[in-house]
Amino acid sequence: MSGKTLFDKIWDKHVVTTIPDGPEVFYIDIHYIHEVTSPQAFEGLRKRGIPVFNTKQVVATADHNVPTENQHLPIQNDLSRKQVDQLISNCAEFGVELYGLNHPYQGIVHVIGPELGITRPGMTMVCGDSHTSTHGAFGCIAFGIGTSEVEQVLATQCLLQNKPMRMRINIDGDLKKGVHSKDIILYCIAKLTAGGGTGYFIEFAGSAITSLSMEARMTICNMSIEMGARGGLIAPDETTFNYVNGKKFAPKGTEFDAAVAEWKELYSDAEAVFDAEYTYDAADIAPMITYGTNPGMGIKINENVPSASDIDDVKERESFNKALEYMGLESGQKLLGKAINYVFVGSCTNARIEDFRIVAEVVKGRQKAANVKAYIVPGSKQVEKQIYAEGIDKVLEAAGFEIRQPGCSACLAMNDDKVPAGEYCVSTSNRNFEGRQGPGARTLLASPATAAATAINGYLTDVRELI
Amino acid sequence: MEKFQSLISTAVPVSVENIDTDQIIPARFLKATTRDGFGENLFRDWRYNGDNTPKDFVLNDAKYSGKILVAGKNFGCGSSREHAAWAIHDYGFKVVVSSFFADIFKNNALNNGLLPITVSAMFLQKMFNAIEADPKSEIKVDLENQFIQITASGESENFEINAYKKVCMINGFDNIDYLLSIKDKIKEYEQKRVLA
Ligand code: SF4
Repeated sequence: MSGKTLFDKIWDKHVVTTIPDGPEVFYIDIHYIHEVTSPQAFEGLRKRGIPVFNTKQVVATADHNVPTENQHLPIQNDLSRKQVDQLISNCAEFGVELYGLNHPYQGIVHVIGPELGITRPGMTMVCGDSHTSTHGAFGCIAFGIGTSEVEQVLATQCLLQNKPMRMRINIDGDLKKGVHSKDIILYCIAKLTAGGGTGYFIEFAGSAITSLSMEARMTICNMSIEMGARGGLIAPDETTFNYVNGKKFAPKGTEFDAAVAEWKELYSDAEAVFDAEYTYDAADIAPMITYGTNPGMGIKINENVPSASDIDDVKERESFNKALEYMGLESGQKLLGKAINYVFVGSCTNARIEDFRIVAEVVKGRQKAANVKAYIVPGSKQVEKQIYAEGIDKVLEAAGFEIRQPGCSACLAMNDDKVPAGEYCVSTSNRNFEGRQGPGARTLLASPATAAATAINGYLTDVRELI
Repeated sequence: MEKFQSLISTAVPVSVENIDTDQIIPARFLKATTRDGFGENLFRDWRYNGDNTPKDFVLNDAKYSGKILVAGKNFGCGSSREHAAWAIHDYGFKVVVSSFFADIFKNNALNNGLLPITVSAMFLQKMFNAIEADPKSEIKVDLENQFIQITASGESENFEINAYKKVCMINGFDNIDYLLSIKDKIKEYEQKRVLA
């Protein structure tokens, strides 16, 4: 008998039934929703005249569209306000718990689920947002869905799914100083390309992964989707159990102990076979930066932009040149030292408390460069509170930074936090697509440490020079 | 959902790889609370300059028209926004052809009566060549028999589609109708899990 992968163990438990020659009916434990991808789904329920199947398994927040200043005032933008209001009335009408604006639990959906203890090992969870993969860090099957599927889950707590293939990526050894989990995942995506994980669910394993905090693991699973994978996951261990323990909605006392006993079964058996497997050496990973318009276009920060002439495939070369043209960069160009006027620390990739601790460590006793406009945006109300409780706000303010209020912000620029056309932004978010941070904006993805170092110098900086 | 059986149409080529859903429909147009009208902003920033003047892009080129969108590999990657499938469908496309689709986009398209067809890289190139040589080239899509053909040359290729999805597309069925029909089974599963 061959063993089971972690993914298979969770998946198999959640199959309600299989349609002959078709997909499986897959049960969803937790469904997160937000204002942008849910209105049409609620409208669908209304048209069909049906209720939400299990209101207790749905949690809502407002994050994508919300301003990050003056959240106590009515939202200025009409369409955004309408969308947020629609969420409020939909949740009220259908009986769904909403952690909306000004609620102490509000924040980016993928930040609040884990910190409230709603996300726990062994669960299946979905959200109308591709970075639902974040929750996989707890040993969950978590993935993004479209609005029709949001409606399916609201209506039936189930989805029709075909089982994806399994991939494992092992990162062994110790990370070097100045290298963070964001660099691990950017490194993996650069190796495997933006489409390299399509059709797979990826388990991350190896000593460099197990030594990471939960926050750092979430960063990795968050961006597993950027290789095209449905999601990523990491086997739960003591680090996971300790993180969940004591969280608001986590089981307590003997219930918690019983849960841990079950969670300890969640690992890939030694004989488990993966459809694809890769192994990388942590020591080879350096601070990473992207230079192009998909997250696979990444290099070590001290390397030069690749040369178009090294790409044999004509179509690929065309796409590469188109990306460089958009980015205003040249083949073979050195990136270190490039003037940068915008820095964004935020998003569901890197807006947890640990990320702001890393930023504070780099900027402590230094001053932000005058040319830099920085958006520093906590991932949630609770992260924001912790920033103030730990005095990180003082360190940042002394260095000339201003802390905004929680939301997705410049990650997708649906609110006012935008990067102007043609400007470069070193961003801790997850996507460097054309226009992602505003029409014409040029995004360079990096770790919070690299973003902080760049904000201090006003040009792209190797954080290892500052620590 | 709209039914889809077969189609003969000219096609619009966007020969770019890794087209992400942020390009198909930028985030700033996601503020609507209904499914309609997204076609107007399909490929917005590739179609128009900041001042709304048209750019040099196939959708602005009268030479090209039709119900089939032909695109480079890894189409629809990035954000899970279903608005991307709505925008393509709302614009008037019924079929998208590429040599590789991102998973979520493929599902979203199928859930909205927009047929994603994966062809080999070679066949994709043949399609681009045929359309480039003659923008009036017609493409035939037959879902029942699962093939796609460049009418002029007669060259064709079979494509794969999940049997269940095929039935849904041909009949215009939707997943929710199916799931609601097995509601008791779902409840039974929930019961068993609580007891376990
Ligand atoms: S922070 Fe960005 S990636 Fe994360 S949920 Fe918000 S918009 Fe999506």
